[in-house]
Amino acid sequence: MSDAATQIEGIASFSLPEAMRAAIIEQARREAPRECCGIIAGRDGMPTRVYPTTNIAAGNSLYEIDPAELIELEFREMPAHGTELVAIYHSHPVSPAHPSATDIALAFWPDALYLICSLQKSDFPQLRGFRIRDGAVTEVPLVP
Amino acid sequence: MSTDDGIHVLIPTPLRGFTGGEARVDVHGGTVGEALDALAVKFPGLGERLHDEDGQLRRFVNVFVNGQNVRDIAGTATVLSPGDEIGIIPAMAGGDAS
Repeated sequence: MSDAATQIEGIASFSLPEAMRAAIIEQARREAPRECCGIIAGRDGMPTRVYPTTNIAAGNSLYEIDPAELIELEFREMPAHGTELVAIYHSHPVSPAHPSATDIALAFWPDALYLICSLQKSDFPQLRGFRIRDGAVTEVPLVP
Repeated sequence: MSTDDGIHVLIPTPLRGFTGGEARVDVHGGTVGEALDALAVKFPGLGERLHDEDGQLRRFVNVFVNGQNVRDIAGTATVLSPGDEIGIIPAMAGGDAS
């Protein structure tokens, strides 16, 4: 079985190219005050492409990726490109880059890295990565 | 291998531990509910991931039939035809509202 789990499991850091980091921050700023969201596909745990997605949740403090887009990405787009899910990202427009209770309760993809982009300090957007598994949060440092 | 008269079910990566790593499995059923029940019988443990304690499809699990979310059709009562494709997708959701 080849999935992101076995590859992300045990790694000390996650390599996120600067262009991807910039794209996520740009999307977060563009969609504020709503939370933005998306996924990162990759191979062998290394990111290859960012897919911004539609947030269908109501209000400004929740996100839910449009499941129709997820179906397409998970079962068509990523298999067609020989990639797999490596990370899920969303923004926290006014709170820190740390998983909230909601983020932890709704982490149904334990093999993915969860990236959170905080715009709390607007001049200093912060992006951090976490593995969220069975309610336990472990930070995975992001490196360029 | 798939058969022509079955329902093809696409299994998302977080649930493939229940299907021995298979991304696509075939079951029989005349409705979405019957197909999901057949899936739960075939792969022990999977049912609890799809249904809550009341037997309802979990809020944060979405099921699509031929590209349409069953919540927009008839839910688990949605009628299936042989050869239909079901896609199961757990939500990617959260946010800073606690």
